[in-house]
Amino acid sequence: MLKMTPLNQTHRDMNAKMVDFGGWDMPLHYGSQLDEHHKVRQDAGMFDVSHMLPVDIKGDNVRGFLRRLVANNVDKLTLPGKALYSCMLTPQGGIIDDLIIYFLSETWFRIVVNAGTADKDVAWMLKQRDELAPSLEITPRRDLAMVAVQGPNARTKVWQVIPGSQAATEELKLFQSAVVNQYFIARTGYTGEDGFEIILPAADAPSFWKALHAAGVAPAGLGARDTLRLEAGMNLYGQDMDETKNPLESGLAWTVDLKSERDFIGKQALLDTAVTQQLVGLVLVDRGVLRSHQQVVGQHDGAEYQGEITSGGFSPTMNQSIALARLPVQIAVGDEVNVVVRDKKLRAKVVKYPFVRNGKVLV
Amino acid sequence: MSVPTNLKYSKSHEWVKSEADGTVTVGITHHAQELLGDMVFVELPEVGRELKQKEECAVAESVKAAADVYSPISGEVIAVNSPLVDEPGKINEDAFSAWLFKLKTKQCC
Repeated sequence: MLKMTPLNQTHRDMNAKMVDFGGWDMPLHYGSQLDEHHKVRQDAGMFDVSHMLPVDIKGDNVRGFLRRLVANNVDKLTLPGKALYSCMLTPQGGIIDDLIIYFLSETWFRIVVNAGTADKDVAWMLKQRDELAPSLEITPRRDLAMVAVQGPNARTKVWQVIPGSQAATEELKLFQSAVVNQYFIARTGYTGEDGFEIILPAADAPSFWKALHAAGVAPAGLGARDTLRLEAGMNLYGQDMDETKNPLESGLAWTVDLKSERDFIGKQALLDTAVTQQLVGLVLVDRGVLRSHQQVVGQHDGAEYQGEITSGGFSPTMNQSIALARLPVQIAVGDEVNVVVRDKKLRAKVVKYPFVRNGKVLV
Repeated sequence: MSVPTNLKYSKSHEWVKSEADGTVTVGITHHAQELLGDMVFVELPEVGRELKQKEECAVAESVKAAADVYSPISGEVIAVNSPLVDEPGKINEDAFSAWLFKLKTKQCC
């Protein structure tokens, strides 16, 4: 039996093509994935991301617990409402999940984790809690829904739909949030466009979704979500990283604080391990489509090397194929590599990603 | 869109149309494009290539996946629908008009 979000029937009523996404019955598209992609880049689209899980951590000194639990430094969170992207690591430095932490008060932090990893994440948090801070309360919030409204016009549309939200959120910077009645509104996203991610009571989700639709926000499925995040150069857990990879070889060194004295789980392993691989961007020069798991081959200083595409696809904004690939650290931006596609070797160029941000092609 | 009645279909979701001059035209079905989603890349066989029945001869890729196209019948490729290469979305618009290639065949169908 597939799990369903509070918007399941709403998607079906809008003729969504539903797919099994890690055990969740989710919309892939509502007709055309390409149209939905362009709508988000050019106007406003909305995604049901209620399969992701908000986890509330409450009690005395939540901050102290999180200093140990995650690789980024929660001491960067000084202003209530501020958000932080981080990895949660195994003692070996492998990525258990990537997540966003919202600082609401010194006694209440909210962490949003991925759907596919939610159970193991919560189990890991509880295990660490029992050892480090047994008085803290950790509560998975399956009673909440989550809708991402993304695109250059997304915020304006949300302001039209939620009374009083404009005054409360128009001054928010990226990675800041505010609470407006039953809505938790954060200026975050997974598309490379401006917009909000909104957490709300499950029962309110269908009417909220319909009101956004009436305001001209296009429903967008997981298909468009994947091409948008790939263009934006954002990692997907399970593809671009997992427990066998650490953040330093996954393009996420910027999220790891190795400078402070703070000792977080996985830190020692990261300090002890030489980084031999990196995530790079690829733009396909020949015709074709890059896909995850295709082999990348090339020569560097006369020696053969191999790598692998971790996420690949067709970029609707660039009208050509792009990918994230894990390659040896010696390979540099501007190098040409070959990707094995069926019986051919296609040429691709190594680029610095993101590929697209705020509607503009950057590579 | 109406499904034409004068076509034959392969198990691998190609359609085949017998032309008056004895040649056959091949494309992928409406159902196949619906399963694949928005098409973004098409690779067609070379004109002059001799194909055996069930031989892989073209590729149709969507936002979601790559699909091999098999020749439903043996024959020589006498024409390909080259404009499709720049506009693969034509397959989504009307799969039965967006033919891929034409064959000259010896067997009767």
